[in-house]
Amino acid sequence: MERKDWPLWEVFVRSRSGLAHRHVGSLHAVDGAMAVDMARDVYCRRAEGVSVWVARSADIVASDPARKDEMFEPMTDKVYRHPTFYNIPDGVKNI
Amino acid sequence: MERAAALFEYLLRHGDSCLILGHRVAEWCGHAPELEEDIALANIGLDLTGQAEQFLAYAGTLEGKGRDADALAYSRDAWDFRNALLCERPNGDFAHTMVRQFLFDAWQVEAFAGLARASDARLAGIAAKAAKEAHYHLRHSGEWVVRLGDGTAESHARAQAAVDALWEYTGEFFETDAVVAALGDSVPDPAALKPAWNATVDEVLRAATLRRPKDGWTQTGGYAGRHSEALGHLLATMQFLPRAYPGATW
Repeated sequence: MERKDWPLWEVFVRSRSGLAHRHVGSLHAVDGAMAVDMARDVYCRRAEGVSVWVARSADIVASDPARKDEMFEPMTDKVYRHPTFYNIPDGVKNI
Repeated sequence: MERAAALFEYLLRHGDSCLILGHRVAEWCGHAPELEEDIALANIGLDLTGQAEQFLAYAGTLEGKGRDADALAYSRDAWDFRNALLCERPNGDFAHTMVRQFLFDAWQVEAFAGLARASDARLAGIAAKAAKEAHYHLRHSGEWVVRLGDGTAESHARAQAAVDALWEYTGEFFETDAVVAALGDSVPDPAALKPAWNATVDEVLRAATLRRPKDGWTQTGGYAGRHSEALGHLLATMQFLPRAYPGATW
């Protein structure tokens, strides 16, 4: 019998305290519904999250490692782009 | 039958069904067709074992002879177990396991929904907590039954064979006997769960393009301690460690 591997999915979980979904890993599933259910069992079995996203790994477009220098190198000496010169009032959270 | 004795028996029915099915599901650990499903099955098995612990601990307290959940799980022989016969059926192939799980889950969801309204607060608490797990189990097993039934010719044939083979074990869930009668309306009437179970099963079987067998002769006796040969083999494995090494801890 023909054996086809299930497609790969990337899993993103939002934790109870977290504000954004965070990439936690990948898994195999035949479709999105199964991927969400599998993510529950593979990545949320210790109460890690309150929300799950999945996306086909094949649908993710990534930057080219060979273009690393032009993509990221020019920013390393532009420290003034960091908003670290402000005084943040006490009581302001999530910055 | 005295009420306390009846409640003890009733708790064993739920606890032992969870325990034995949980062990069956755990037998897949390391053998499931996909890594993800291996973990999912292990989780379901552990959920069921956790539910069993709750029911058996209550049963032990009620009995008042110093038996805790472990003593009840690991120190009884087959004829003292009160699980439904469906739960001890061997795993067979993956379709067999999933159909067995689905037929059980569809019942357990209704049983826990009824028990969560029980007048006994401890029993209601156990059921209310376990109901969320049961809902997920039903979703998982139901999805698989549909995928297998409405899948390839091979998976359809295997799923239909499993439904046909296991159908005669489903009638036991809805039987009434002296234990249930002694508890009166403090627990759900087993027969009253049947319409909702029918609705769930019919919906999934239809989506799975599987044929519902005719209700006929029913295998029964698990609730009274009359079990198949399969339970003895299961217990030999499940109880080996605490029997060979009493009081072992880690």
